[in-house]
Amino acid sequence: MTAYDVQPGDRVNPGDPVTVSRYTVAARINHWITAISLVLLALSGLALFHPALFFLSGLFGGGQSARAIHPWIGVVLFVSFFGLFIRFWRANLWRREDGTWLARLRDVLSAHEERLPEVDKYNAGQKAVFWLMSILILVLISSGFAIWDQYFAAYTTIEQKRFAVLIHSMAAVVIICVWIVHVYAAIWVRGTIGAMTRGQVTGGWAWRHHRRWLRKLVGKAG
Amino acid sequence: MAFNFELPNPATENVQVTLGEQDLVARSASSVPPPARQLTPVAKLIDISKCIGCKACQSACLEWNDMRQEVGTNHGVYDNPEDLTPSMFTLMRFTEWVNPETQNLEWLIRKDGCMHCADPGCLKACPAPGAIVQYSNGIVDFVHENCIGCGYCVKGCPFNIPRISAVDRKAYKCTLCSDRVAVGQGPACAKACPTHAIVFGTKEEMTQHAATRITDLKSRGFANAGLYDPPGVGGTHVMYVLPHADKPELYANLPKNPKISAVVELWKGLAKHAGVWAIGAFTAVGFLHHLVSGANRVSPEDEENAKRLTRSARP
Repeated sequence: MTAYDVQPGDRVNPGDPVTVSRYTVAARINHWITAISLVLLALSGLALFHPALFFLSGLFGGGQSARAIHPWIGVVLFVSFFGLFIRFWRANLWRREDGTWLARLRDVLSAHEERLPEVDKYNAGQKAVFWLMSILILVLISSGFAIWDQYFAAYTTIEQKRFAVLIHSMAAVVIICVWIVHVYAAIWVRGTIGAMTRGQVTGGWAWRHHRRWLRKLVGKAG
Repeated sequence: MAFNFELPNPATENVQVTLGEQDLVARSASSVPPPARQLTPVAKLIDISKCIGCKACQSACLEWNDMRQEVGTNHGVYDNPEDLTPSMFTLMRFTEWVNPETQNLEWLIRKDGCMHCADPGCLKACPAPGAIVQYSNGIVDFVHENCIGCGYCVKGCPFNIPRISAVDRKAYKCTLCSDRVAVGQGPACAKACPTHAIVFGTKEEMTQHAATRITDLKSRGFANAGLYDPPGVGGTHVMYVLPHADKPELYANLPKNPKISAVVELWKGLAKHAGVWAIGAFTAVGFLHHLVSGANRVSPEDEENAKRLTRSARP
């Protein structure tokens, strides 16, 4: 039986240095479509959210086109993220050790990996990002339809639209903050970004950050 | 009282434009310098007790604004069209009501349209700089070249007035004939009204005129007659004389105490500021953390350990 966090394509490639395959080509394409959509949504959404940021609508050809295109990008993001969800949900199931990891957040932030429990394919922070993104995207698409007046104006009352636009903006702020955490973690923990560009990390990276996952992969190979 | 019901005919020479950019007191999603002069606040007064439901105001509105309302279908009521539309800025709403005190059938006809609030919810909600403006005489106007068609004004408005055009995706509503007022005329609807149910002048004149109308109505048995100038939106520059001012809802659901929704206030107040602040704070904390703790790098020992582990699995 495969472990919950060992996914298709995950494998150790012996050599010097050892490399570990972490994401398939399809998963990486899926990720980057989602990522680009999220950035475009944040930029066009912020333009409509705060007057000081309205100039961002210029990136989309002006206010009218930013307003028109934003919901469509949202649909692309939703479909694309749904693909990521299908791929990753199992490996992001919450485990008992994740609580311990979170409780020692101080050690995480000061890079004392040796004081943390051995981690599976995803640590508790990554799992939190995954589930927060999943929930927030559901909130955003449903509140978004309620304020997509070009096609769906007739399906909600004005009072419902008022709540929808408030919820949509607050969920958007939270997801942008979650995205900042996600991007920062990828930059701070050196060697991570290769996982989403070339699909590989070094053995040392896997040993340091996801040791239990590495052990499972090595066990499988042997 | 020196107040003329008849609006003067337009001057044909030496027309002075007395309303412009310099008279703005508010501009959506942007700020304006305080105006050098204060124009006299104006108001349109709609005396419901004098309205005969002829719809001359609707026709005059369409004509002046050069709009064409598509021929519709009869929905079994006098309202025509059924609702405000992007081309129909004003609408007579007909209500049949049996007064429980007198058992009389009363035909209540309210001319619906933008109220030109002193505290306009549409302007507060609008994200497009300069798409909604407010002049110091009280007129709230939509500037279509700046409108992005998001529909936020619809959510901001406590009276359900703005309508988004399916043709150009821009919001439309009554302008209080700002272009006519700018050259010293009154709104087209007031000019056309055959019974002087719609009159236009300074807000002070209109309030005084309303008072005489209310006295008259009270003497005719309408004990609750009164002026509708709701304070929840800072007062309005379109006011009604209501024979039953204690029950404004009778008049096709005219709100009793309209104000900008608390949800809209939260969205355009705390949420807007806290949101941008939170995003900034997360970014700043990221930079600070990297500055203080440095990169989290994989060490040569980690690579060595990985190699040993891999080798151990392969006999």
